[in-house]
Amino acid sequence: MSDLTPSELDKVRSILKREPNETEMGIFTVMWSEHCSYKSSRIHLRKLPTKSSRVLVGPGENAGIIDIGAAPNGDRYAIAFKIESHNHPSFIEPFQGAATGVGGILRDIFTMGARPIAVMDALRFGPMDDPDNGARNKRIVEGVVSGISHYGNCFGVPTVGGETVFEPCYNGNPLVNVFALGVFRHDEIFFGRATGIGNPVIYVGAKTGRDGIKGASMASEEFDENSQGKRPNVQVGDPFMEKLLLEACLEAMKTGAIVGIQDMGAAGLTCSTCEMGSRAETGIEFDLARVPQRETGMTPYEIMLSESQERMLLVAEKGREDEVFAVFKKWGLDAVTIGEVTGDGILRVKDHGKVVAEIPNRELADEAPLYDRPHGVKPYRPAPMEAPEFSSKDLNADLLALVGSGDLCSKRWIWQQYDYMVRTNTIAGPGGDAAIVRIKETGTSVAMSLDGNGRYCALDPREGAKLIVAECCRNISTVGATPVAATNNLNFGNPERPEIMAQLVEAIEGMAEACAHFETPITGGNVSLYNETLGEAIWPTPVMGIVGLLPTTRPVTIPFKHQGRTVMLLGGIGTTDATRFGGTQYAKVILQSMWGLPPALDMDYEKRVQSAIRDIVNHGHAESAHDVSDGGLAVALAECAYSGIGASIEIPTHARPEFALFHEGPSRILISTAVPERIEEIARKYNVEALRIGVTMNGRVRIGDGSATWIDSPVDRLKQVWENALAEQLAPAHV
Amino acid sequence: MKLPPMRFGVVVFPGSNCDHDAWYAVSHNLGHSAEFIWHDSRTLGPVDAVILPGGFSYGDYMRCGAIAKFSPVMNAVREFAASGGLVLGICNGFQVLVESGLLPGALLRNRDLKFVCRPVQLRVETTNTPFTASAAKSQILTVPVAHGDGCYFADDATLASLRRDDRVVLRYVDNPNGSLDDIAGICSEKRNVMGMMPHPERASDALLGCTDGKVILESMIQSLTTANA
Repeated sequence: MSDLTPSELDKVRSILKREPNETEMGIFTVMWSEHCSYKSSRIHLRKLPTKSSRVLVGPGENAGIIDIGAAPNGDRYAIAFKIESHNHPSFIEPFQGAATGVGGILRDIFTMGARPIAVMDALRFGPMDDPDNGARNKRIVEGVVSGISHYGNCFGVPTVGGETVFEPCYNGNPLVNVFALGVFRHDEIFFGRATGIGNPVIYVGAKTGRDGIKGASMASEEFDENSQGKRPNVQVGDPFMEKLLLEACLEAMKTGAIVGIQDMGAAGLTCSTCEMGSRAETGIEFDLARVPQRETGMTPYEIMLSESQERMLLVAEKGREDEVFAVFKKWGLDAVTIGEVTGDGILRVKDHGKVVAEIPNRELADEAPLYDRPHGVKPYRPAPMEAPEFSSKDLNADLLALVGSGDLCSKRWIWQQYDYMVRTNTIAGPGGDAAIVRIKETGTSVAMSLDGNGRYCALDPREGAKLIVAECCRNISTVGATPVAATNNLNFGNPERPEIMAQLVEAIEGMAEACAHFETPITGGNVSLYNETLGEAIWPTPVMGIVGLLPTTRPVTIPFKHQGRTVMLLGGIGTTDATRFGGTQYAKVILQSMWGLPPALDMDYEKRVQSAIRDIVNHGHAESAHDVSDGGLAVALAECAYSGIGASIEIPTHARPEFALFHEGPSRILISTAVPERIEEIARKYNVEALRIGVTMNGRVRIGDGSATWIDSPVDRLKQVWENALAEQLAPAHV
Repeated sequence: MKLPPMRFGVVVFPGSNCDHDAWYAVSHNLGHSAEFIWHDSRTLGPVDAVILPGGFSYGDYMRCGAIAKFSPVMNAVREFAASGGLVLGICNGFQVLVESGLLPGALLRNRDLKFVCRPVQLRVETTNTPFTASAAKSQILTVPVAHGDGCYFADDATLASLRRDDRVVLRYVDNPNGSLDDIAGICSEKRNVMGMMPHPERASDALLGCTDGKVILESMIQSLTTANA
């Protein structure tokens, strides 16, 4: 029954100095699973930058924490944030898988003492028109979206943005990465540490059932034909219970009687007890008979490995338990002392007084095997290097097809199902370059963006990862915020295959270089490996979540606001060639192909462009601003025009029209302005280009190179296609 | 002479999640006083008006508001309403008022069976209520909705009496949920209890882009001020 390798089993024997029993074996198996121990990725994750003057808590805790400055009354505030995946459960049971993904990351935030104020989701699905999997993919889309909606809306946290991408590589393996962010004062920060020998260990929240047993180890395996049999491994979420747990925990923390607290997520009671003990270098002894149980006849193995949701473990100051119990009673929640902190460093689990497991905490939590998996080969590439011959038949039709394609069309059908306004802090919600949520207490706002272009990473994981960091920071900068920190979710295939491991290593190294360059240290995150079905791996899909800070004010948004304004392209028209065009949306949607390399990135230039746009936006010189990314300049222009105001554009280029219109070179931002000369001044200061490329006008988008007109389309037509595409693709599922 | 601030009580059921938003709108956006009232409280305390906020009271795993109507605080709310006190139910608060029998009709699952969150346009159908007295008749307000069960329904006789007695206070210009007769908000016979699905507290702060919802709370304050004068 063991999922441990023979050498891992030997290590268990040497730690215990005897044979493990069944319960102990289960405990080691989940704690040393890829999902909990990061055994394949940890030596490479060390390459990531993790420090800055703002970072208060880096990787290793439930969430990273950064300082965001003081309120007018002098109180210092901080934000906690992290991204986490729930990929495997969301494939098996989309609604509950996604819902509990939201629940899990929310607990990570409030277990640190922060009140969650924003959620975003990065979703990857198989195409809805896939000939073999389309119907299933639609069901997964609907299930995931309603699961997120159900949980987040009821809990009362706004889902303020995200991104959704469709690629065949996610047919058998959708990705659901959920980012959450919370706010608190510096003196409200809590840690998952079981300190104080003799202090009571208290279990709070939902009762333990048989759901989700060994979910963590399921998430560390590939899928095969029998994966639907794993439905019982998926947990069931109760957002109402989570809301009560949030309020009760934050209130109980205020009593001063709590010394440490940790949520029960992956590997449930096992993980929370041994991690809390390990961090404090203490032991924990408790009796399973005292654990509130939803079902009868559960074995020690089942109780220890259950992943029932909405549960927390806390350690209180001895003698002050009643203050804690009073708060949980007020909220109608179970709170039971199940054991105490000991000085011997041992996780000692009893069942009605009889010892059923006895394992040294530190070895269990921190001595998981570390693997330097072979990666000395070229990363697997699913595409050729050479570009095919191609020539557009109709550029207007190409643009329409692009704005109506899965990745580029409006995602309103999705985000309108999310309450993105609750808590009345949403300054900029879904559909912008970055979401912005204000902090009422400080007069500061937090901008946040998720990005993860798997297509670029499939072509070159190192450059792809850099491009993702750059785009995320560009999104943040385009709304006027300064990027300050990051979290990452690394979604990859089977690390035991060297060509997949090479993807992971290259992506981490590229990300490390870019995060250092853009001064966005990684404060935590998640690694999701074994994203394979029937031996077919997903593309390497690192998802970045980057946060930035700005003063609270009305935001600069994407749409053009007035006719007759100068349209400028900050950063210049960029460069491409046939090879660097192979990862574009044009190649994907119009040519149904992929080749070559991702766009070239000059990180120094990119950083100067970002500094310039922040300066421009914060001086109020831009009436609108929009980052040029997927789909290139023409698609970005269409997105600016959905307000009804289009533009007439002349691109100063000798490039062929497909390249000029649709290449995805980075470091470019579209601006409309009444004061172009001020923007040129700022651009000169940062030594970046700022081209006047046209003027806004009512009702049409017209683009050419000065001699020929390439695009001439009514805004209404573009908008209609863009706005309705997603619902139309999903509609047949309702028939 | 500066008048004393009006005192709003914001009821907190387990699962309420717009309680703080209502509190913030009253206290920060309008500069009046707001206090939370816990669901198992048997009295409301010294308040001039009561808000039942949005959220998912008791999880709303049954019909929305069906459990909240049994909470101790609702007896106090009933007495307060019977004595003429102003009660505003927003979203889940509207559902609770309907379930409690303080307003007629029912709120059903949205027409397309999905949660919907977006700004909608409302038409003020009557200014003869303490909740719309400061608005203009036929004024269009942009206020967000965020609900899964906001499709208003009533039997023919109830609908006829609502129309006859000028109790349809707000109608959707572009109905987002399939509500009967585009109804977004109604008031009680005595006109001192109103329920509405849209969230005026979310449209009360210029930083969030729209302040059209403020007129609802301002009307309440104006009415209370007049009554106290």
